Amino acid sequence: MSLFGFSFRPRRAKSAKTAKDRLQILLAHERSDGSEGPDYLPMLQADILAVIRKYMEIKEDEVDIQMERNDDVSSLEINIEIPSAGREKSVTSTPLRKRAGLG
Amino acid sequence: MTQLKDKAPLGKVIVITSGKGGVGKTTSAAAIAAALAKRDFKTVVIDFDVGLRNLDMIMGCERRVVFDFINVIQGEARLKQALIRDKRLDTLWILPTSQTRDKDALTKEGVEKVLNELKEQFDYIICDSPAGIERGAQLAMYFADEAVVVTNPEVSSVRDSDRVLGLLASKTKRAEDEGAEVKAQVLVTRLDQRRIDAGEMMTIDDVLEILAVPLLGVIPESTAVLRASNVGMPIVLDEPSAASRGYEAAVARLLGEEVDTQTERDKKPGFFSRLFGAPA
Repeated sequence: MSLFGFSFRPRRAKSAKTAKDRLQILLAHERSDGSEGPDYLPMLQADILAVIRKYMEIKEDEVDIQMERNDDVSSLEINIEIPSAGREKSVTSTPLRKRAGLG
Repeated sequence: MTQLKDKAPLGKVIVITSGKGGVGKTTSAAAIAAALAKRDFKTVVIDFDVGLRNLDMIMGCERRVVFDFINVIQGEARLKQALIRDKRLDTLWILPTSQTRDKDALTKEGVEKVLNELKEQFDYIICDSPAGIERGAQLAMYFADEAVVVTNPEVSSVRDSDRVLGLLASKTKRAEDEGAEVKAQVLVTRLDQRRIDAGEMMTIDDVLEILAVPLLGVIPESTAVLRASNVGMPIVLDEPSAASRGYEAAVARLLGEEVDTQTERDKKPGFFSRLFGAPA
């Protein structure tokens, strides 16, 4: 069947390939994470906050965590807004970029 | 069309529900949310299917989920951290659910708190209900102002829709508190005009006669739906298709605009669509 599909329909359905690729990446992560999966992220966030708070005052709202999963590597980006001296809230934000083999 | 940015958000909650699975709830939730966002309404779409999340895939943001609806309900993350901004429309946001927990993680109080917070920021809050009529589905509809009941012109789907319409009329906050009703409208999806013409499929009028609720729109069976889900694009943001036009018309009606139904309902398929299947 696939032989015929290959020889008579060389114009492959592009979106089907995209679908398969997306699923393979996603499921590889979900399976390797197991059922406990990304549930450590809230704890990780709490720990990071606790460490930063040893040195400066920050609010929970000023922490932004982003993740981007890719085939070989995932990146976890944690942005923490640090209040500049004298003012309560600042525009400065310090990205702590962390590469982690998440799954 | 465009909204003044200073105006208070509308804060309207709309549930997309059906009872039966596989009729197109998530596709419809994504399409309706994106069509509203295209019209410059600040819109968020929430996945209520705890443990079986799929809205993230349909919206194409599955790799960007960090925190979710359940984390917010349980106080493990702020709402702001769980909301994912769509990369195509800056008025569109997604609140994914948890893939690892179960439906018991949803509580009425938690859902209400999150919805209230969202109402302060968004014009439309689209709740993508899980299939069935259990806890997840009941909580997805409980706080709704309006409901879109997705139905296929097929016996089990229509029967389940009727059951869901009963729940909308009795098991919602509006029904319980104010004696007011949740405004429910039917969205008929996967309609195949050729089979209707052949007498093999119930017509829109048949479905409406049985369910006795207003028609929000008709989405023809379309190859564009699978294509859009393959690539993680809400159908109304993908190439124009009969399905995307159907959703645009449905959203226009949702906003109270008059849309001619005849053009959608009575269009006879042309020679090519008869030969090669439903028009894309």
